Amino acid sequence: MSKIELSIGPNFFNWSNEKLVDFYARIADEAPVDRVYIGEVICGKRMPFNDKVWPEIYERLTNAGKTVVFSAIALPVTVRDRKSINALSADCELVEANDIACVHKRSGEPFVGGPFLNIYNEQAAKVLMNLGMETFCPPVELPIKSVEAIAQALPELTIELFAFGRLPLAVSGRCYHARAHKLHKDNCQFICDRDLDGMDVTTLDDQKFLAANGIQTLSHSVQAITLDRDELLTKGIGRLRLSPHDVDMIAIAEIYRDLVEGKIKSSEAVARLQTQQLPGALANGYVTGKPGHLWKTD
Amino acid sequence: MLGQHNDNNPSLELVCPAGTPAALKAAAEAGAHSIYCGLRNETNARNFPGLNFSEKELNAGVRLAHKHGSHVLVAVNTFARAGDTGIWKRAVDAVVASGADAIIAADIAVLDYAKEKHPDLRLHLSVQAAAATPESISFYQNTFGVQRVVLPRVMSVEEIVKLQKEVTVETEVFVFGGLCVMTEGRCALSSYATGKSPNLTGVCSPPGDVSYDEDGSNLYARLGGFTIDGFGAGETAGYPTLCKGRFKAEGETSYLFEDPVSLNAASLLPRLQKAGVTAVKIEGRQRGKAYISQVVKAFRAAVDVMDAGGNAEEEVSAMLSAMTEGGRETTGAYKKIWR
Repeated sequence: MSKIELSIGPNFFNWSNEKLVDFYARIADEAPVDRVYIGEVICGKRMPFNDKVWPEIYERLTNAGKTVVFSAIALPVTVRDRKSINALSADCELVEANDIACVHKRSGEPFVGGPFLNIYNEQAAKVLMNLGMETFCPPVELPIKSVEAIAQALPELTIELFAFGRLPLAVSGRCYHARAHKLHKDNCQFICDRDLDGMDVTTLDDQKFLAANGIQTLSHSVQAITLDRDELLTKGIGRLRLSPHDVDMIAIAEIYRDLVEGKIKSSEAVARLQTQQLPGALANGYVTGKPGHLWKTD
Repeated sequence: MLGQHNDNNPSLELVCPAGTPAALKAAAEAGAHSIYCGLRNETNARNFPGLNFSEKELNAGVRLAHKHGSHVLVAVNTFARAGDTGIWKRAVDAVVASGADAIIAADIAVLDYAKEKHPDLRLHLSVQAAAATPESISFYQNTFGVQRVVLPRVMSVEEIVKLQKEVTVETEVFVFGGLCVMTEGRCALSSYATGKSPNLTGVCSPPGDVSYDEDGSNLYARLGGFTIDGFGAGETAGYPTLCKGRFKAEGETSYLFEDPVSLNAASLLPRLQKAGVTAVKIEGRQRGKAYISQVVKAFRAAVDVMDAGGNAEEEVSAMLSAMTEGGRETTGAYKKIWR
């Protein structure tokens, strides 16, 4: 029987070191997941703080039997950003590349192609596979039909779907947390630490729309891909990624574990997700190539 | 020859947009060193109705531009659809057949095909590939033989100066026109609201998903049902480009991502030239020929003034201020305060 794995994706938000250590200790002890991605992927300015706790977190997760992958930064600009990519690429057994710079520095060693890379088709995926890509987490806007075509063309590649969490939609040179607080990036006072799931952005007539997280823009809604086990297998999906939020991630992981093991159907997974306290409404429009904010229950 | 501009001659190469054959002619006549355009399908990132070139028009456009001494760069810069990459491959073949001077591409699949099938084709890396570091640029240079990189609009002039010292490819930067606030090629905001985006279908905030709805004396501009901006009586209603809208955050209403401004880095031309930038690019393939003619003439005059040792800053700002029609402008990320 084929196993569909689960992973915890890299944390996007500016959580305190104490919260990070607690969060990953719980993941290590209680979350029924196979793989955990750690590291700072959004803002290089946060690195001097959270760099201190990653070794301890790595140790904790590894001792609990998890495969631990260091995720590299998505939009490297400064010398510090670039050095962090170089160091991760040189030192780690497995890294997640979220910018092509990391693929370059990895020089043929195995890596995960993260959702911030622009891989939209089988030919691009194949070029990167030849350079060491062992897992591919597609860009969130890529419809499942395209993901399936890539999986069919490249059966040896593990496909990891971004299955749960606010959708990472954009990155920018500008910090929106700083801008909203009338600061700018060079003097941001790390104000993004106030919003554990991102800062809500609503329209003039109060529609819930987006969430800002420093230089990143996410959806307000929470992506929930809840295809049945059989469908996931048919489409060549090898792993589902759950993106960290300030919610009960153990409960979320348990729901998805039951789903990928075929213990529950999609409808029950949805019903159980809807009982959880989440930062936004459920969405899955991207799966069928529709606007990403839609919730299709067919 | 394209790209030789900088070796024997410190002049900046002026790269101008053409959304139609008429605009291409206007740009060539106005003195564009290079003109960029795209085919009329989803292979280019300005896939709007009524824009772009058929293969026949491209062939004629290349002949006309070459007659004026202008180069033609063709954008095949969206990301090929999985399981259906044929259109993108045909586009690359058409660019080669037209005799154009280079292709502008972002997708690794398109670059790979171009390198394998047409090893002599000159490759420019589109801004949609978002290569902003020496490492990412080296990847595209080593893997596909890319000769020029269009830099993402997230870098300050200081960062461009540093980058130039570490790379051996030519660089091209945007200096005028529309401004992406998000890193190009890394933005799915449009598809989140509408299902269509630059990377997927070559459009952003597409007109087919726009509505203007009246509510009392207010007019709301919506995209995919989301209110992007609102206008009171007497206010001019703008187009709801997603990242230039008014939103609420932290209890305040503001242009959270960016004000409705356009980029004008004309005042930075001397610094960009000194940094070693090869080419400066004007955005606006959706613009008419009169606009193209005027902007190209102004920038060409500025480049010529700089070559003659004059002060381009004064000259060009006088010329351009007439064209922006009171619209607001910014130097964008080129000045660090923007962040």
